[in-house]
Amino acid sequence: MYTEMILDYYKFPRNFGTLEKADIKSRDTNPLCGDEIEFQINLDENKKVKEVKYSGKGCAISQAAASMLTELMQGKTVDELKKISKGDIYDLLGITLSPVRVKCALLGLKVMKIGVYTYLSEEIKLDEDEK
Amino acid sequence: MDVDAIREDFPILKKRVHGKKLVYLDNAATTQKPKQVIEAIKEFYSDYNANVQRGVYEISEKATELYEGGRESVAKFINATSSKEIIFVRNATEAINLVANAWAKKNIGKDDEIIISIMEHHSNFVPWQQLAIENNAKIKVVGVDPEGHFKFDEYESLLSDKTKLVAITHVSNVLGTITPVKEIVKKAHEKGAMTLVDGAQSVPHIPVDVQQIGCDFLAFSGHKMLAPTGIGILYGKKEILEKMDPFLKGGDMIKEVHLDSTRWNELPWKFEAGTPNIEGGITMKVAIDYLNRIGMPNIREHEKKLTKYALDAFANTKGIDVYGPRNVEEKGGVVSFNVQQIHPHDLASILDEEGIAIRSGHHCAQPLMENLGLVAASRASFYLYNKEEEIDILINSLKKARKVFRLE
Ligand SMILES: Cc1ncc(COP(=O)(O)O)c(C=O)c1O
Repeated sequence: MYTEMILDYYKFPRNFGTLEKADIKSRDTNPLCGDEIEFQINLDENKKVKEVKYSGKGCAISQAAASMLTELMQGKTVDELKKISKGDIYDLLGITLSPVRVKCALLGLKVMKIGVYTYLSEEIKLDEDEK
Repeated sequence: MDVDAIREDFPILKKRVHGKKLVYLDNAATTQKPKQVIEAIKEFYSDYNANVQRGVYEISEKATELYEGGRESVAKFINATSSKEIIFVRNATEAINLVANAWAKKNIGKDDEIIISIMEHHSNFVPWQQLAIENNAKIKVVGVDPEGHFKFDEYESLLSDKTKLVAITHVSNVLGTITPVKEIVKKAHEKGAMTLVDGAQSVPHIPVDVQQIGCDFLAFSGHKMLAPTGIGILYGKKEILEKMDPFLKGGDMIKEVHLDSTRWNELPWKFEAGTPNIEGGITMKVAIDYLNRIGMPNIREHEKKLTKYALDAFANTKGIDVYGPRNVEEKGGVVSFNVQQIHPHDLASILDEEGIAIRSGHHCAQPLMENLGLVAASRASFYLYNKEEEIDILINSLKKARKVFRLE
Protein backbone atom coordinates (compact mmCIF):
# COMPACT_ATOMS: atom_id res chain seq x y z
CA MET A 1 0.00 0.00 0.00
CA TYR A 2 2.89 2.37 0.69
CA THR A 3 4.25 2.57 -2.83
CA GLU A 4 7.34 4.52 -3.74
CA MET A 5 5.15 7.17 -5.32
CA ILE A 6 2.89 7.68 -2.29
CA LEU A 7 5.88 7.95 0.02
CA ASP A 8 7.49 10.40 -2.34
CA TYR A 9 4.46 12.68 -2.33
CA TYR A 10 4.23 12.34 1.45
CA LYS A 11 7.85 13.25 2.04
CA PHE A 12 8.19 15.83 -0.70
CA PRO A 13 4.69 17.26 -1.03
CA ARG A 14 3.98 19.23 -4.24
CA ASN A 15 2.07 22.50 -3.80
CA PHE A 16 2.31 22.43 -0.04
CA GLY A 17 1.84 25.79 1.64
CA THR A 18 -0.47 28.78 1.61
CA LEU A 19 -1.24 31.68 -0.72
CA GLU A 20 -1.03 35.34 0.19
CA LYS A 21 -4.54 35.95 -1.10
CA ALA A 22 -6.93 33.23 -2.24
CA ASP A 23 -10.22 33.25 -4.13
CA ILE A 24 -11.21 29.95 -2.58
CA LYS A 25 -10.26 28.79 0.89
CA SER A 26 -11.57 25.77 2.77
CA ARG A 27 -10.55 23.51 5.59
CA ASP A 28 -11.81 20.32 7.24
CA THR A 29 -10.71 17.51 9.52
CA ASN A 30 -11.18 13.76 9.68
CA PRO A 31 -12.62 13.20 13.16
CA LEU A 32 -11.28 9.65 13.21
CA CYS A 33 -7.60 10.54 13.15
CA GLY A 34 -7.57 14.30 13.54
CA ASP A 35 -6.06 14.75 10.08
CA GLU A 36 -6.64 18.21 8.73
CA ILE A 37 -6.32 19.73 5.30
CA GLU A 38 -6.73 23.26 4.00
CA PHE A 39 -6.99 24.20 0.34
CA GLN A 40 -6.32 27.64 -1.14
CA ILE A 41 -7.07 28.30 -4.78
CA ASN A 42 -6.62 31.29 -7.06
CA LEU A 43 -8.50 31.51 -10.35
CA ASP A 44 -7.61 33.39 -13.51
CA GLU A 45 -9.99 35.62 -15.49
CA ASN A 46 -11.48 32.53 -17.21
CA LYS A 47 -12.29 30.95 -13.84
CA LYS A 48 -9.55 28.40 -14.34
CA VAL A 49 -7.21 27.28 -11.57
CA LYS A 50 -4.16 29.50 -11.66
CA GLU A 51 -2.55 28.54 -8.37
CA VAL A 52 -3.42 25.98 -5.73
CA LYS A 53 -1.82 25.19 -2.39
CA TYR A 54 -2.75 22.76 0.33
CA SER A 55 -1.58 22.54 3.91
CA GLY A 56 -2.32 20.34 6.86
CA LYS A 57 -1.09 17.35 8.74
CA GLY A 58 -1.98 13.73 8.79
CA CYS A 59 -1.23 10.30 7.47
CA ALA A 60 0.70 9.50 4.31
CA ILE A 61 -2.46 8.57 2.44
CA SER A 62 -4.38 11.78 3.15
CA GLN A 63 -1.39 14.04 2.52
CA ALA A 64 -0.19 12.29 -0.65
CA ALA A 65 -3.71 12.20 -2.07
CA ALA A 66 -4.19 15.92 -1.43
CA SER A 67 -0.85 16.72 -3.03
CA MET A 68 -1.63 14.61 -6.11
CA LEU A 69 -5.02 16.29 -6.33
CA THR A 70 -3.43 19.76 -6.50
CA GLU A 71 -1.55 18.67 -9.61
CA LEU A 72 -4.69 17.31 -11.23
CA MET A 73 -6.47 20.60 -10.55
CA GLN A 74 -4.06 22.79 -12.49
CA GLY A 75 -5.78 24.69 -15.31
CA LYS A 76 -9.20 23.22 -14.65
CA THR A 77 -12.35 25.35 -14.57
CA VAL A 78 -14.46 25.40 -11.41
CA ASP A 79 -17.03 23.25 -13.19
CA GLU A 80 -14.36 20.73 -14.01
CA LEU A 81 -13.21 20.75 -10.38
CA LYS A 82 -16.72 19.75 -9.31
CA LYS A 83 -16.48 16.73 -11.60
CA ILE A 84 -13.31 15.28 -10.08
CA SER A 85 -14.44 12.01 -8.53
CA LYS A 86 -13.22 9.59 -5.92
CA GLY A 87 -12.32 7.27 -8.80
CA ASP A 88 -9.86 9.91 -9.99
CA ILE A 89 -8.23 9.94 -6.56
CA TYR A 90 -7.99 6.14 -6.48
CA ASP A 91 -6.40 6.26 -9.93
CA LEU A 92 -3.85 8.80 -8.73
CA LEU A 93 -2.96 6.72 -5.68
CA GLY A 94 -2.95 3.47 -7.64
CA ILE A 95 -3.71 1.28 -4.62
CA THR A 96 -6.78 -0.35 -3.10
CA LEU A 97 -7.85 0.97 0.26
CA SER A 98 -9.77 -0.50 3.17
CA PRO A 99 -13.05 1.30 4.01
CA VAL A 100 -11.47 3.18 6.94
CA ARG A 101 -8.57 4.41 4.87
CA VAL A 102 -10.88 5.56 2.05
CA LYS A 103 -11.82 8.48 4.32
CA CYS A 104 -8.16 9.46 4.55
CA ALA A 105 -7.73 9.31 0.79
CA LEU A 106 -10.80 11.44 0.09
CA LEU A 107 -10.31 14.13 2.73
CA GLY A 108 -8.51 16.47 0.31
CA LEU A 109 -11.14 16.03 -2.37
CA LYS A 110 -13.87 16.79 0.13
CA VAL A 111 -12.14 19.96 1.32
CA MET A 112 -11.51 21.12 -2.24
CA LYS A 113 -15.17 20.57 -3.19
CA ILE A 114 -16.49 22.34 -0.11
CA GLY A 115 -14.38 25.30 -1.17
CA VAL A 116 -15.57 25.26 -4.77
CA TYR A 117 -19.28 24.89 -3.94
CA THR A 118 -19.04 27.60 -1.29
CA TYR A 119 -17.31 29.91 -3.81
CA LEU A 120 -20.11 29.28 -6.29
CA SER A 121 -22.73 29.76 -3.55
CA GLU A 122 -24.14 26.38 -4.50
CA GLU A 123 -25.39 23.61 -2.28
CA ILE A 124 -22.47 21.32 -1.36
CA LYS A 125 -22.78 17.96 -3.14
CA LEU A 126 -20.53 15.20 -1.85
CA ASP A 127 -20.32 11.46 -2.39
CA GLU A 128 -21.23 9.30 0.60
CA ASP A 129 -17.54 8.40 1.11
CA GLU A 130 -16.44 12.01 1.02
CA LYS A 131 -18.63 13.12 3.91
CA MET B 1 -0.64 -18.67 35.32
CA ASP B 2 -0.64 -20.89 32.23
CA VAL B 3 -1.09 -18.46 29.37
CA ASP B 4 -0.99 -21.17 26.70
CA ALA B 5 -3.86 -22.98 28.40
CA ILE B 6 -5.78 -19.71 28.69
CA ARG B 7 -5.28 -19.03 24.98
CA GLU B 8 -6.88 -22.38 24.19
CA ASP B 9 -10.12 -20.99 25.62
CA PHE B 10 -10.25 -18.09 23.15
CA PRO B 11 -11.26 -19.33 19.70
CA ILE B 12 -10.48 -16.03 17.98
CA LEU B 13 -6.81 -16.24 18.97
CA LYS B 14 -6.44 -19.12 16.51
CA LYS B 15 -7.64 -16.97 13.62
CA ARG B 16 -5.41 -15.67 10.89
CA VAL B 17 -5.54 -12.15 9.51
CA HIS B 18 -3.99 -11.45 6.10
CA GLY B 19 -2.49 -14.93 6.43
CA LYS B 20 -0.75 -14.04 9.71
CA LYS B 21 -1.53 -15.15 13.25
CA LEU B 22 -3.81 -12.61 14.93
CA VAL B 23 -1.89 -10.58 17.51
CA TYR B 24 -4.64 -8.84 19.44
CA LEU B 25 -3.31 -5.85 21.37
CA ASP B 26 -6.42 -3.66 21.55
CA ASN B 27 -7.80 -4.91 24.84
CA ALA B 28 -8.49 -1.45 26.20
CA ALA B 29 -11.06 -1.09 23.40
CA THR B 30 -12.68 -4.47 23.97
CA THR B 31 -11.48 -7.90 25.01
CA GLN B 32 -11.90 -11.25 23.33
CA LYS B 33 -14.36 -13.78 24.73
CA PRO B 34 -13.56 -17.25 26.08
CA LYS B 35 -15.52 -20.24 24.82
CA GLN B 36 -17.20 -20.48 28.23
CA VAL B 37 -18.89 -17.12 27.60
CA ILE B 38 -19.70 -17.93 23.97
CA GLU B 39 -21.20 -21.25 25.05
CA ALA B 40 -23.27 -19.64 27.79
CA ILE B 41 -24.84 -17.23 25.30
CA LYS B 42 -25.66 -20.14 22.99
CA GLU B 43 -27.10 -22.12 25.89
CA PHE B 44 -29.37 -19.27 26.94
CA TYR B 45 -30.88 -18.94 23.48
CA SER B 46 -31.08 -22.68 22.83
CA ASP B 47 -32.28 -23.87 26.21
CA TYR B 48 -34.09 -21.30 28.31
CA ASN B 49 -34.64 -18.02 26.44
CA ALA B 50 -37.50 -16.12 28.12
CA ASN B 51 -38.09 -12.67 29.50
CA VAL B 52 -37.06 -12.00 33.07
CA GLN B 53 -38.89 -10.82 36.19
CA ARG B 54 -42.38 -11.63 34.86
CA GLY B 55 -42.96 -15.15 33.65
CA VAL B 56 -44.34 -17.70 36.09
CA TYR B 57 -43.00 -20.64 34.17
CA GLU B 58 -39.86 -22.65 34.36
CA ILE B 59 -37.67 -21.17 31.68
CA SER B 60 -38.48 -17.59 32.67
CA GLU B 61 -37.72 -18.40 36.26
CA LYS B 62 -34.43 -19.92 35.23
CA ALA B 63 -33.54 -16.90 33.08
CA THR B 64 -34.41 -14.56 35.96
CA GLU B 65 -32.40 -16.58 38.44
CA LEU B 66 -29.32 -16.59 36.26
CA TYR B 67 -29.68 -12.93 35.32
CA GLU B 68 -29.86 -12.02 39.01
CA GLY B 69 -26.99 -14.43 39.60
CA GLY B 70 -24.95 -12.26 37.24
CA ARG B 71 -25.74 -9.28 39.41
CA GLU B 72 -24.72 -11.13 42.60
CA SER B 73 -21.50 -12.13 40.99
CA VAL B 74 -20.69 -8.52 39.97
CA ALA B 75 -21.49 -7.34 43.51
CA LYS B 76 -19.04 -9.84 45.00
CA PHE B 77 -16.40 -9.09 42.36
CA ILE B 78 -16.17 -5.42 43.38
CA ASN B 79 -17.11 -6.09 47.02
CA ALA B 80 -20.38 -4.11 47.01
CA THR B 81 -22.38 -4.51 50.22
CA SER B 82 -25.42 -5.77 48.31
CA SER B 83 -26.49 -6.71 44.80
CA LYS B 84 -29.07 -3.91 45.09
CA GLU B 85 -26.16 -1.60 44.43
CA ILE B 86 -25.50 -3.12 41.01
CA ILE B 87 -27.44 -1.62 38.13
CA PHE B 88 -27.19 -3.22 34.73
CA VAL B 89 -26.88 -0.74 31.89
CA ARG B 90 -25.45 -0.94 28.37
CA ASN B 91 -21.89 0.19 29.07
CA ALA B 92 -19.75 2.51 31.16
CA THR B 93 -20.91 5.47 29.11
CA GLU B 94 -24.55 4.81 29.94
CA ALA B 95 -23.68 4.30 33.61
CA ILE B 96 -22.08 7.76 33.73
CA ASN B 97 -25.00 9.30 31.85
CA LEU B 98 -27.38 7.72 34.33
CA VAL B 99 -25.64 9.51 37.20
CA ALA B 100 -25.55 12.75 35.21
CA ASN B 101 -29.28 12.61 34.50
CA ALA B 102 -30.69 11.00 37.62
CA TRP B 103 -28.44 12.58 40.22
CA ALA B 104 -26.37 15.49 38.94
CA LYS B 105 -29.11 17.33 37.06
CA LYS B 106 -30.96 17.89 40.30
CA ASN B 107 -28.06 18.29 42.67
CA ILE B 108 -25.59 20.43 40.78
CA GLY B 109 -26.65 24.01 40.28
CA LYS B 110 -25.43 27.46 39.39
CA ASP B 111 -21.75 28.07 40.25
CA ASP B 112 -21.34 24.58 41.69
CA GLU B 113 -18.19 22.82 40.57
CA ILE B 114 -17.38 19.42 39.09
CA ILE B 115 -13.79 18.21 39.22
CA ILE B 116 -12.50 15.83 36.55
CA SER B 117 -9.00 15.10 35.24
CA ILE B 118 -7.44 15.88 31.90
CA MET B 119 -7.15 12.11 31.33
CA GLU B 120 -10.88 11.46 31.15
CA HIS B 121 -12.31 9.42 28.31
CA HIS B 122 -14.96 11.43 26.45
CA SER B 123 -17.58 9.36 28.28
CA ASN B 124 -16.51 10.80 31.62
CA PHE B 125 -16.05 14.26 30.16
CA VAL B 126 -18.83 15.20 27.73
CA PRO B 127 -21.75 14.37 30.11
CA TRP B 128 -20.26 16.70 32.77
CA GLN B 129 -19.35 19.41 30.31
CA GLN B 130 -22.90 19.44 28.95
CA LEU B 131 -24.45 19.31 32.40
CA ALA B 132 -22.31 22.26 33.44
CA ILE B 133 -23.53 24.20 30.41
CA GLU B 134 -27.17 23.37 31.14
CA ASN B 135 -27.04 24.06 34.87
CA ASN B 136 -24.52 26.93 34.79
CA ALA B 137 -22.04 24.91 36.80
CA LYS B 138 -18.26 24.89 36.32
CA ILE B 139 -15.80 22.19 35.31
CA LYS B 140 -12.40 22.13 37.00
CA VAL B 141 -9.73 20.00 35.42
CA VAL B 142 -6.83 18.36 37.27
CA GLY B 143 -3.74 18.07 35.09
CA VAL B 144 -0.99 15.49 34.80
CA ASP B 145 2.76 15.92 35.25
CA PRO B 146 5.12 15.30 32.30
CA GLU B 147 5.14 11.56 32.98
CA GLY B 148 1.36 11.47 33.16
CA HIS B 149 0.77 11.23 36.90
CA PHE B 150 -2.37 12.73 38.43
CA LYS B 151 -1.40 16.04 40.04
CA PHE B 152 -2.69 15.46 43.53
CA ASP B 153 -1.70 18.84 44.94
CA GLU B 154 -3.48 20.57 42.09
CA TYR B 155 -6.53 18.47 42.87
CA GLU B 156 -6.42 19.50 46.52
CA SER B 157 -6.19 23.15 45.57
CA LEU B 158 -9.21 22.85 43.25
CA LEU B 159 -11.39 21.26 45.93
CA SER B 160 -13.66 23.69 47.72
CA ASP B 161 -17.08 23.98 49.30
CA LYS B 162 -18.40 24.57 45.79
CA THR B 163 -17.25 21.12 44.66
CA LYS B 164 -20.33 18.94 44.27
CA LEU B 165 -18.88 16.07 42.28
CA VAL B 166 -15.47 14.55 41.62
CA ALA B 167 -15.53 12.25 38.58
CA ILE B 168 -12.15 10.62 37.90
CA THR B 169 -10.89 7.70 35.90
CA HIS B 170 -9.19 4.94 37.86
CA VAL B 171 -6.90 3.94 34.99
CA SER B 172 -6.27 6.16 31.97
CA ASN B 173 -7.06 4.45 28.69
CA VAL B 174 -4.25 6.41 27.00
CA LEU B 175 -1.42 6.75 29.52
CA GLY B 176 -2.27 3.75 31.66
CA THR B 177 -1.85 5.96 34.73
CA ILE B 178 -3.43 4.52 37.88
CA THR B 179 -4.91 7.36 39.91
CA PRO B 180 -4.99 7.33 43.74
CA VAL B 181 -8.76 6.95 43.82
CA LYS B 182 -8.98 6.11 47.50
CA GLU B 183 -7.22 9.34 48.50
CA ILE B 184 -9.14 11.31 45.86
CA VAL B 185 -12.44 10.07 47.27
CA LYS B 186 -11.41 10.75 50.85
CA LYS B 187 -10.52 14.37 50.07
CA ALA B 188 -13.75 14.87 48.12
CA HIS B 189 -15.85 13.50 50.95
CA GLU B 190 -14.16 15.86 53.40
CA LYS B 191 -15.65 18.65 51.29
CA GLY B 192 -19.02 16.93 51.11
CA ALA B 193 -18.68 16.20 47.39
CA MET B 194 -20.01 13.12 45.64
CA THR B 195 -17.53 10.84 43.84
CA LEU B 196 -17.71 8.81 40.66
CA VAL B 197 -14.91 6.52 39.56
CA ASP B 198 -14.64 5.50 35.90
CA GLY B 199 -13.56 1.90 36.31
CA ALA B 200 -13.75 0.94 32.63
CA GLN B 201 -10.00 0.28 32.52
CA SER B 202 -9.48 -0.82 36.13
CA VAL B 203 -12.17 -3.35 37.03
CA PRO B 204 -11.14 -5.75 34.23
CA HIS B 205 -7.44 -5.59 35.11
CA ILE B 206 -6.76 -4.92 38.79
CA PRO B 207 -8.55 -5.97 41.96
CA VAL B 208 -11.14 -3.28 42.72
CA ASP B 209 -12.94 -3.03 46.07
CA VAL B 210 -15.59 -0.31 46.24
CA GLN B 211 -15.77 -0.37 50.01
CA GLN B 212 -12.05 0.14 50.28
CA ILE B 213 -12.09 2.95 47.69
CA GLY B 214 -15.20 4.44 49.28
CA CYS B 215 -16.55 5.93 46.03
CA ASP B 216 -20.25 6.72 45.67
CA PHE B 217 -20.45 5.51 42.07
CA LEU B 218 -18.35 3.21 39.90
CA ALA B 219 -18.94 2.71 36.17
CA PHE B 220 -17.57 -0.07 33.96
CA SER B 221 -18.30 -2.18 30.87
CA GLY B 222 -18.70 -5.95 30.55
CA HIS B 223 -17.21 -6.12 27.07
CA LYS B 224 -13.84 -4.98 28.39
CA MET B 225 -13.73 -7.95 30.79
CA LEU B 226 -14.56 -11.02 28.67
CA ALA B 227 -18.35 -10.50 28.67
CA PRO B 228 -20.35 -9.59 25.56
CA THR B 229 -21.07 -6.05 24.37
CA GLY B 230 -24.22 -4.30 25.53
CA ILE B 231 -23.86 -5.00 29.25
CA GLY B 232 -22.37 -2.44 31.58
CA ILE B 233 -22.53 -1.73 35.28
CA LEU B 234 -23.28 1.21 37.47
CA TYR B 235 -22.41 0.59 41.09
CA GLY B 236 -23.91 3.12 43.49
CA LYS B 237 -24.14 3.26 47.26
CA LYS B 238 -27.58 2.08 48.32
CA GLU B 239 -28.46 5.18 50.36
CA ILE B 240 -27.72 7.38 47.38
CA LEU B 241 -29.47 5.25 44.76
CA GLU B 242 -32.53 5.08 46.98
CA LYS B 243 -32.84 8.86 47.00
CA MET B 244 -32.45 9.15 43.24
CA ASP B 245 -35.35 9.22 40.81
CA PRO B 246 -35.22 6.87 37.86
CA PHE B 247 -33.54 7.90 34.63
CA LEU B 248 -35.62 5.91 32.12
CA LYS B 249 -39.27 5.14 32.68
CA GLY B 250 -41.51 2.32 31.52
CA GLY B 251 -41.92 -1.36 32.22
CA ASP B 252 -39.97 -3.38 34.80
CA MET B 253 -38.98 -0.30 36.80
CA ILE B 254 -42.39 0.18 38.39
CA LYS B 255 -44.10 -1.26 41.42
CA GLU B 256 -47.63 0.01 40.80
CA VAL B 257 -49.06 2.03 37.97
CA HIS B 258 -52.35 3.89 38.24
CA LEU B 259 -53.91 6.26 35.77
CA ASP B 260 -52.55 9.30 37.56
CA SER B 261 -49.51 8.02 39.45
CA THR B 262 -46.75 5.44 39.55
CA ARG B 263 -44.67 3.96 42.36
CA TRP B 264 -41.13 3.13 41.42
CA ASN B 265 -39.81 -0.36 41.85
CA GLU B 266 -37.16 -1.17 44.43
CA LEU B 267 -33.46 -1.10 43.82
CA PRO B 268 -31.88 -2.06 41.53
CA TRP B 269 -34.85 -2.55 39.15
CA LYS B 270 -35.93 1.07 39.57
CA PHE B 271 -33.12 1.95 37.17
CA GLU B 272 -33.66 -0.88 34.69
CA ALA B 273 -36.56 0.16 32.49
CA GLY B 274 -37.66 -2.23 29.78
CA THR B 275 -36.35 -5.68 28.90
CA PRO B 276 -32.67 -5.76 29.80
CA ASN B 277 -29.71 -7.43 28.11
CA ILE B 278 -30.51 -10.81 29.62
CA GLU B 279 -27.70 -12.86 28.10
CA GLY B 280 -25.34 -10.04 29.03
CA GLY B 281 -26.33 -10.18 32.70
CA ILE B 282 -26.16 -13.96 32.72
CA THR B 283 -22.73 -14.11 31.11
CA MET B 284 -21.27 -11.46 33.44
CA LYS B 285 -21.12 -14.29 35.96
CA VAL B 286 -19.43 -16.61 33.49
CA ALA B 287 -16.85 -13.94 32.66
CA ILE B 288 -16.24 -13.14 36.33
CA ASP B 289 -15.94 -16.83 37.21
CA TYR B 290 -13.31 -17.09 34.50
CA LEU B 291 -11.35 -14.09 35.84
CA ASN B 292 -11.62 -15.36 39.40
CA ARG B 293 -10.42 -18.81 38.44
CA ILE B 294 -7.24 -17.22 37.07
CA GLY B 295 -7.21 -14.72 39.92
CA MET B 296 -7.24 -10.94 39.59
CA PRO B 297 -3.90 -10.50 41.41
CA ASN B 298 -2.33 -12.95 38.93
CA ILE B 299 -3.82 -11.10 35.99
CA ARG B 300 -2.44 -7.84 37.35
CA GLU B 301 1.04 -9.39 37.79
CA HIS B 302 0.94 -10.84 34.29
CA GLU B 303 0.02 -7.47 32.77
CA LYS B 304 2.74 -5.74 34.78
CA LYS B 305 5.27 -8.19 33.38
CA LEU B 306 4.05 -7.62 29.81
CA THR B 307 4.02 -3.84 30.26
CA LYS B 308 7.57 -3.84 31.59
CA TYR B 309 8.65 -6.06 28.72
CA ALA B 310 7.00 -3.70 26.23
CA LEU B 311 8.43 -0.53 27.82
CA ASP B 312 11.94 -2.02 27.75
CA ALA B 313 11.52 -3.17 24.16
CA PHE B 314 10.27 0.27 23.06
CA ALA B 315 13.18 1.93 24.84
CA ASN B 316 15.58 -0.28 22.89
CA THR B 317 14.00 0.48 19.52
CA LYS B 318 15.05 3.50 17.52
CA GLY B 319 12.71 6.42 16.88
CA ILE B 320 9.87 5.65 19.28
CA ASP B 321 8.22 8.07 21.71
CA VAL B 322 6.35 6.54 24.65
CA TYR B 323 3.77 8.38 26.77
CA GLY B 324 2.72 7.80 30.37
CA PRO B 325 4.39 6.53 33.54
CA ARG B 326 7.44 4.26 33.15
CA ASN B 327 7.01 2.52 36.49
CA VAL B 328 4.65 -0.43 36.01
CA GLU B 329 3.48 -0.19 39.62
CA GLU B 330 1.78 3.08 38.65
CA LYS B 331 0.43 1.88 35.35
CA GLY B 332 -2.15 -0.50 33.90
CA GLY B 333 -1.41 -2.67 30.87
CA VAL B 334 -1.63 0.16 28.38
CA VAL B 335 1.28 1.60 26.38
CA SER B 336 0.74 4.55 24.05
CA PHE B 337 3.47 5.50 21.65
CA ASN B 338 4.38 7.05 18.33
CA VAL B 339 6.93 5.97 15.79
CA GLN B 340 8.58 9.26 14.86
CA GLN B 341 7.67 10.48 11.38
CA ILE B 342 4.99 7.84 10.86
CA HIS B 343 1.37 8.78 11.39
CA PRO B 344 -0.42 6.31 13.73
CA HIS B 345 -2.92 5.47 10.99
CA ASP B 346 -0.20 4.54 8.56
CA LEU B 347 1.43 2.50 11.29
CA ALA B 348 -1.83 0.69 12.11
CA SER B 349 -2.30 -0.16 8.43
CA ILE B 350 1.21 -1.60 8.17
CA LEU B 351 0.76 -3.56 11.41
CA ASP B 352 -2.60 -4.83 10.20
CA GLU B 353 -0.83 -6.47 7.28
CA GLU B 354 1.21 -8.34 9.90
CA GLY B 355 -1.94 -9.50 11.72
CA ILE B 356 -1.45 -7.06 14.59
CA ALA B 357 -4.45 -5.21 16.00
CA ILE B 358 -3.53 -2.02 17.85
CA ARG B 359 -5.45 1.20 18.28
CA SER B 360 -4.53 4.43 16.58
CA GLY B 361 -6.12 7.84 16.87
CA HIS B 362 -7.14 10.12 19.70
CA HIS B 363 -8.55 7.30 21.88
CA CYS B 364 -11.68 9.30 22.75
CA ALA B 365 -9.53 11.54 24.92
CA GLN B 366 -9.00 14.62 22.80
CA PRO B 367 -8.45 17.04 25.71
CA LEU B 368 -5.59 14.83 26.91
CA MET B 369 -4.09 14.51 23.44
CA GLU B 370 -4.18 18.27 23.04
CA ASN B 371 -2.54 18.61 26.43
CA LEU B 372 0.24 16.24 25.31
CA GLY B 373 0.55 18.20 22.07
CA LEU B 374 -0.43 15.19 19.98
CA VAL B 375 -2.91 14.75 17.15
CA ALA B 376 -2.92 11.01 17.46
CA ALA B 377 -1.02 8.11 18.98
CA SER B 378 -0.83 4.34 18.74
CA ARG B 379 -1.74 2.17 21.68
CA ALA B 380 -0.99 -1.42 22.63
CA SER B 381 -3.02 -2.79 25.53
CA PHE B 382 -2.72 -6.21 27.12
CA TYR B 383 -4.84 -8.84 28.81
CA LEU B 384 -4.48 -12.22 30.43
CA TYR B 385 -3.99 -14.08 27.13
CA ASN B 386 -1.20 -11.91 25.71
CA LYS B 387 2.37 -13.16 25.52
CA GLU B 388 5.82 -11.62 25.36
CA GLU B 389 6.24 -13.19 21.92
CA GLU B 390 3.41 -11.01 20.69
CA ILE B 391 5.28 -7.92 21.84
CA ASP B 392 8.31 -9.22 19.93
CA ILE B 393 6.15 -9.47 16.82
CA LEU B 394 4.94 -5.91 17.42
CA ILE B 395 8.48 -4.55 17.80
CA ASN B 396 9.69 -6.35 14.67
CA SER B 397 6.77 -4.91 12.75
CA LEU B 398 7.56 -1.40 14.01
CA LYS B 399 11.04 -1.86 12.59
CA LYS B 400 9.48 -3.04 9.36
CA ALA B 401 7.27 0.08 9.28
CA ARG B 402 10.37 2.24 9.64
CA LYS B 403 11.84 0.41 6.65
CA VAL B 404 8.66 0.92 4.60
CA PHE B 405 8.92 4.63 5.34
CA ARG B 406 12.64 4.57 4.48
CA LEU B 407 13.61 5.56 8.00
CA GLU B 408 16.20 2.80 8.24
C1 LIG C 1 -11.53 4.99 30.67
C2 LIG C 1 -12.74 4.67 29.86
N1 LIG C 1 -13.93 5.12 30.24
C3 LIG C 1 -15.04 4.86 29.55
C4 LIG C 1 -15.03 4.11 28.41
C5 LIG C 1 -16.29 3.89 27.68
O1 LIG C 1 -16.63 2.56 27.63
P1 LIG C 1 -17.90 2.12 26.77
O2 LIG C 1 -17.60 2.52 25.36
O3 LIG C 1 -17.95 0.64 26.94
O4 LIG C 1 -19.07 2.82 27.33
C6 LIG C 1 -13.81 3.62 27.95
C7 LIG C 1 -13.76 2.84 26.70
O5 LIG C 1 -12.83 2.87 25.94
C8 LIG C 1 -12.64 3.91 28.69
O6 LIG C 1 -11.45 3.45 28.29
